[in-house]
Amino acid sequence: MAEFTLPENSVVKKGKTFPAPDGATNIQAVEIYRWDPDTGENPRIDTYHIDLDTCGPMVLDAIIKIKDEVDSTLAFRRSCREGICGSCSMNINGRNTLACTKDISDIEGPIKIYPLPHMPVVKDIVPDLTHFYAQYASIKPWIQSTTPPPGDKERLQSKEERSKLDGLYECILCACCSTSCPSYWWNGDRYLGPAILLQAYRWLADSRDENAGERLDELEDPFKLYRCHTIMNCTETCPKGLNPAKAIAEIKKLLVERKIA
Amino acid sequence: MGLRSPLGQAKGLGSAKEGLHHWWVQRVTAVALIPLTVWFAFKVAVLSMSDYNTVAECIGSPWSAALIISLIVAAFYHAALGMQVIYEDYIGAKAVRISAIMGTNLLLFLLAAAGIIAVVRIAVGG
Repeated sequence: MAEFTLPENSVVKKGKTFPAPDGATNIQAVEIYRWDPDTGENPRIDTYHIDLDTCGPMVLDAIIKIKDEVDSTLAFRRSCREGICGSCSMNINGRNTLACTKDISDIEGPIKIYPLPHMPVVKDIVPDLTHFYAQYASIKPWIQSTTPPPGDKERLQSKEERSKLDGLYECILCACCSTSCPSYWWNGDRYLGPAILLQAYRWLADSRDENAGERLDELEDPFKLYRCHTIMNCTETCPKGLNPAKAIAEIKKLLVERKIA
Repeated sequence: MGLRSPLGQAKGLGSAKEGLHHWWVQRVTAVALIPLTVWFAFKVAVLSMSDYNTVAECIGSPWSAALIISLIVAAFYHAALGMQVIYEDYIGAKAVRISAIMGTNLLLFLLAAAGIIAVVRIAVGG
């Protein structure tokens, strides 16, 4: 259901301000969304002033510095710090991206950090992605084939067939695209969203898979697939430079090809 | 509180195994409306200074009547499909959503029927 105003207990209040350390000259303000389920208080924005001369270049470096040196109560996810695990996806200055690959020098003014939009929040900037992962599991993201694999070697694929997976296999399931999509905000309970649909197409496009028909049967649904209205936020925001909107269009084309063309 | 598994919730009631027809017809009617609307706008502009009899005669000619009826069918069908998508996007309460879709479809059907009957009446001289 479309929601245009925040419920009373979700209205974001002004929080604490942490001054820069003495002697700092290269000061950067970082505003971070804070919410703790144990206190029962409304979410707030805490402002941290950090010294960039003693901080790494990326937004994730700033967040880690804050947790290490200023406020250990801050909760966030991170792992690889090089854009391959997808853990540190968050909304930075109005755009969903990976904190580890977002350069601080690209941002003018304060860095504003929020959790991925329209997801339940576990704590601070940690969203609950349980449903997102369950939707991923629901598309059966593995090779399905009746033909047994050759006994002495792997299933073969030509270079042309393999190239059809380029632009798809790179997806790291960070959820930046799905949580930037208004259709996913309003109907995420049923709409699979751009990330999961890109993954669904990744298996449709795989020459080794033999279950395209069943996969398309499962996808053809007014809510699971056709909530995509080519808004293109997904492609605009993808920190890996992928094009989920095109993958969704390819699924729609396959459905047309099967029944009409 | 429910203890249903996340995968069970995500799969829900499964796929409706339809949606292609709705999506396809919405696009077909959109494409059809481009020439039909241009033709109709051109026709209205040409006839804007004419008297009643000239306009009635023009609308009543077989090709004009057929094109206007095609325009009415395509436009109202397209509107019904489009409104349904908007309701499904923005209305979460199922009873309200279904009522809105059915009410809109009924209204659009009546408007289309009235339009078609008007053209037919002019065409057959009723």
